[in-house]
Amino acid sequence: MDWTAINPILLLASLMVAATPIILASVGELIVERAGVLNLGVEGMMITGAVCGFIVAVNTGSPVLGFIGAAIGGAILSLLFGFLTQFLLSNQVATGLALTLFGLGLSALMGQSYIGIKAPDFPDWHIPLLGDIPVIGPIVFQHDPMVYVGLAIVIAVWSFLKYSRAGLILRAVGENHEAAHALGYHVIRVRMLAIMFGGACAGLGGAYLSLVRVPQWTEGMTAGAGWIALAIVVFASWKPLRLLLGAYLFGGVTVLQLNLQAAGMAIPVEYLSMSPYLATIAVLVIMRAGRAPGSLGQSFHASR
Amino acid sequence: MIMLEKRAQPSRVWTLAAPIFAVLLTMICGGLLFAALGKDPFETIRTIFFDPLFSEFAWFYRPQLLIKGAPLVLIAIGLSFGFRAGIWNIGAEGQYIVGAICGAAVGLAFYPTESIFIFPMMIAAGVLGGTLWALIPGILKVKFDTNEILVSLMLVYVAEQLLASMALGALRNPDGMGFPGSRNLAKYDSATSWISENAGMHWGVVVALIAVIFAYVTLSRHLFGFNVRLAGQSPRAARFAGVNPSTLILICMGISGGLAGAAGLFEVAGPAGQISIDFNVGYGFTAIIVAFLGRLHPIGILLAAGLMALTYIGGEIAQSNLGLPGAAIQLMQGMLLFFLLMVDVLSNYRVTFRRARVI
Repeated sequence: MDWTAINPILLLASLMVAATPIILASVGELIVERAGVLNLGVEGMMITGAVCGFIVAVNTGSPVLGFIGAAIGGAILSLLFGFLTQFLLSNQVATGLALTLFGLGLSALMGQSYIGIKAPDFPDWHIPLLGDIPVIGPIVFQHDPMVYVGLAIVIAVWSFLKYSRAGLILRAVGENHEAAHALGYHVIRVRMLAIMFGGACAGLGGAYLSLVRVPQWTEGMTAGAGWIALAIVVFASWKPLRLLLGAYLFGGVTVLQLNLQAAGMAIPVEYLSMSPYLATIAVLVIMRAGRAPGSLGQSFHASR
Repeated sequence: MIMLEKRAQPSRVWTLAAPIFAVLLTMICGGLLFAALGKDPFETIRTIFFDPLFSEFAWFYRPQLLIKGAPLVLIAIGLSFGFRAGIWNIGAEGQYIVGAICGAAVGLAFYPTESIFIFPMMIAAGVLGGTLWALIPGILKVKFDTNEILVSLMLVYVAEQLLASMALGALRNPDGMGFPGSRNLAKYDSATSWISENAGMHWGVVVALIAVIFAYVTLSRHLFGFNVRLAGQSPRAARFAGVNPSTLILICMGISGGLAGAAGLFEVAGPAGQISIDFNVGYGFTAIIVAFLGRLHPIGILLAAGLMALTYIGGEIAQSNLGLPGAAIQLMQGMLLFFLLMVDVLSNYRVTFRRARVI
């Protein structure tokens, strides 16, 4: 094989792009889980966001509007999950699975007349000065705006959880919903807002795939990215900054295997394509997860 | 104001009525969806739910019901053990694929020898393959406390890649002029799972019915079934009663994997015929809906699988006759699970109406 075909600077630059959908989806799920809700429907919300974003962007010609549409689409779908789990107290694992199956069907139906169309161009930013730094410039500062939006959301979530009062309430609801309820916080309201935020972020992540990464609509195009995002949240021990590490690790494996495929390594393509999933399993095994939020996955019902 | 009041015990009436209610709600909402797609809702619903059984071409569709239903029953029965105990194996699709690959590989290895021992060996290989694939998340959960949901699901994507590499590489038909896909096992007498192709009977149907009876007896009459139910309802009580959680996890994962592997083998040696890149059509995921719709009860699963098989066949008829998009059927199946979970609140809670007041 031809090692010179792999350019380390390009590799690292595409690593940041490959990690972005995972960062977006997992930071949303992190907030949901810190509020004590386990939403396994990330894959369904992501693919719905992917198709909503694609439809809006193609019809308006504006990728920015596409991303907004994707966030709204994801949030609306997550409301369905929120209604069932928070008001009708259904099992969160089963409802999350249902959301994924539903989202896969819904997106396939919505997107059937959009197959084979190219998404409108979403140009990269070339940040002046910073983008001109040799080596670091092309790796970090010459991407499309969503890469930085993703990073900004992670920083915002981190400071929200660490420094704001609302973040404290959210954590209280997630750690012990009975106690939070006794203190007078609206457990259901906090959780619904968290679920909607998670849906919007998953939608953004999906749209990043259909508008930037691929950029096309194909059925089932998320190919497990939503599940990987869930795994990254566990890997990150529910801490926002460690999430970045997990997502970049995953992005690195993805990009590296794609590069090895292109460079013609002697391993069959199928085995290289397995590697991101195997890496996710390996990470789950090696990393001892930290403590999960105390009320994670439990329904809250204020009985009297 | 509408209030929910927890029942001391789940209502028996609502537990049985909820699936029927959910199906009716799905028909109504499905009808609205079809109307929105510009189809006649009544005709479409009739095509999906009644034509496969009662139309003039029903003689052709009824055998299909067995073919589509058998893998769903097999997989869902296996899943129901784990789901009852709170062990979430959602990677049945992967176990189904690996079972099919292992079983088919054994059959292909003996080609063209004819012997009555080949098919039993294929079944053993299929079951073993599925079991081992399911034990990966099981063992990782027991040893390293990893999440079995995520690991079993990741292994589905790994299995799909493995399938592609087998169909293009090791198991490719040497006489196939370079086309992907293995030899046709359905045309190899010692390896086919068909009993009567015209009647839709293959060994998978027989084994599915045996599995239903076996699961029914195990769950209602055997100590293991009691332990499974106990662990699901009260893990703490189960530990005091001497149930080893690790053993339970491994057994439940093993059973579901083995049955999914068997389902994969029967499919590949009969209806599908060959290992090809996309011989799997998502039975492993639909079976999750079947398991819940059947209330995790063997008889219920049998009925639910029949209904889901009906929507598959009816959906195909609606696709060819009415031009209904295939995704609409998939959406309707997802909707069904949603409605079921929604209606389920009535079996665990009593709805009361009273004025909100400050206490």
